[in-house]
Amino acid sequence: MLPGFGLALGFTLLYLGLVVLLPLSATLAKTLTLTWAQFMETISNPRVVASFRLSFGASLLAAAINAVFGFIVAWVLARYRFPGKRIIDALVDLPFALPTAVAGIALTAIYAKNGWIGRLLEPLGVQVAFSPLGVLVALVFIGMPFVVRTVQPVLEDLEPELEEAAATLGADRWQTFARVVFPAVLPALITGFALAFARAVGEYGSVIFIAGNMPLVSEIAPLLIVTKLEQYDYAGATAIAVVMLAISFALLLLINWLQWRSRTHSRT
Amino acid sequence: MKEFLIAVALAAASAGAWSQGSLLNVSYDPTRELYQDYNAAFARHWQQQAGQKLTLRQSHGGSSKQARAVIDGLDADVVTLALAYDIDEIAARAKLLPADWQRRLPHNSSPYTSTIVFLVRKGNPKNIRDWDDLAKPGVVVITPNPKTSGGARWNYLAAWGFALKKHKNDQGKAKDFVTALYRNVPVLDSGARGSTTTFVERGLGDVLIAWENEAFLALKELGRGKLDIVVPSLSILAEPPVAVIDKVVDRKGTRKVAEAYLRYWYTPEAQEIAARHFYRPIDAKIAAKYEKQFPKVNVFTVDELFGGWQKAQRAHFADGGVFDQIYLKH
Repeated sequence: MLPGFGLALGFTLLYLGLVVLLPLSATLAKTLTLTWAQFMETISNPRVVASFRLSFGASLLAAAINAVFGFIVAWVLARYRFPGKRIIDALVDLPFALPTAVAGIALTAIYAKNGWIGRLLEPLGVQVAFSPLGVLVALVFIGMPFVVRTVQPVLEDLEPELEEAAATLGADRWQTFARVVFPAVLPALITGFALAFARAVGEYGSVIFIAGNMPLVSEIAPLLIVTKLEQYDYAGATAIAVVMLAISFALLLLINWLQWRSRTHSRT
Repeated sequence: MKEFLIAVALAAASAGAWSQGSLLNVSYDPTRELYQDYNAAFARHWQQQAGQKLTLRQSHGGSSKQARAVIDGLDADVVTLALAYDIDEIAARAKLLPADWQRRLPHNSSPYTSTIVFLVRKGNPKNIRDWDDLAKPGVVVITPNPKTSGGARWNYLAAWGFALKKHKNDQGKAKDFVTALYRNVPVLDSGARGSTTTFVERGLGDVLIAWENEAFLALKELGRGKLDIVVPSLSILAEPPVAVIDKVVDRKGTRKVAEAYLRYWYTPEAQEIAARHFYRPIDAKIAAKYEKQFPKVNVFTVDELFGGWQKAQRAHFADGGVFDQIYLKH
């Protein structure tokens, strides 16, 4: 074993404990003031269930969309040289830096029926702002950099010799991509997907402006937490939070497992 | 979490500065401009009266969010919020002031009032005259979510009160009316300013239910020549209350100045400031002076029709209350 393990592990546990586990245990402690029946009643309320469905469904979908298109962006940035590349590279990070409320207001302005894009979509009968579709648009926006920034460095580090070797062994372009490049990038892509998903589940600021917040239709789970807090129902708010945490944690574990599997597979 | 950090920062800032004479007023969102003027006037007044230089700090946010910050330890000397229920909660949960706080100052501790009116598109194309028109099919109504917005609870109760009076206290008919009205609402913004933006900037809806002072402000700032105000036949008297937070002022030794700060509201000078910011003054003389600005409205109060905020909150806005039933029924 490398020296310094004890110290490093001790530090890691302390740091994670203070930064992550302490606030989470406070959340759990508040929830415990509820009886089991009250807890179940809170989280099985139709509005709450609908909001879970929307939050997790839209987040997974948004992360999947980002996995596809973020990959293409990362590919272009890693593989090609073209004028203005640096500017595009910097643009990718913008959703990171922009205050989420600004993003939400900007997206709403564009997609409302009198906005630039909303105006074009309205005659087609597509309503983006103030509908679940708006939630998806906002989540795609805020999640995009996560995929690009995790995939891009891996693509850049991929040695061209690998592809050349594949070509000399008779693989065509598609085979090279599907059998050589993609497996090497897959673990990073899964990480990017997981990060984008996790970010989307917790997102509040940008979604709230574009969602329309109609009960049972376009209310996200974080909004119901805020709604509970507005009624001074701390315990009810944390009950929803605990369920969100549990589902998120389970999904992230699953994603991590997939990533571990794809990594070991790509090595063998 | 963000609110907590702000609360900590503000608390630290105010603790450091009180010895030079400083007050923290924790207020709600649309009073920003009002209290800027009021604070300047009171600082001048206090300097003349007591010879002390004052630093007046303001904190603004959603009304119940602000109340929660005070409950969780934000060192507010005074609170000036959107509805009595939020101050009741501070009294009940953190015991920072007595439960009968609202009797300590004249007019239910509400030195300025407002009412609920309609904002419509220029020329009133849908011919909206009264509450009845808001429940008609095809009319699109914009109002925030009463579960997240204190201001929106006044809107909701105003509609309910109108229906109750019209149908001779028939609660079932009132519920049907309010249900029909909320069926016409396509977006429930989380706060009043959000709804104003949806209506004015996004161009959504035929009518915005708004506080009169917000409606005037929207007219002045955003929609000159694009919007009209319509006053319904009956509305609610919105009474945003003020209170000294006893435990805080006694600890900080600021009781005298905090009480003077709120009592100053009941002087003619201060009443003029309220009127200039489109809040209805309670002082009869000042009210007469601004008569032209404020159209006559028949109003009822929350106490008269709902037996106070505690009851109204429990019946209508608590989980499983009437507002939830409106949406869960279908």
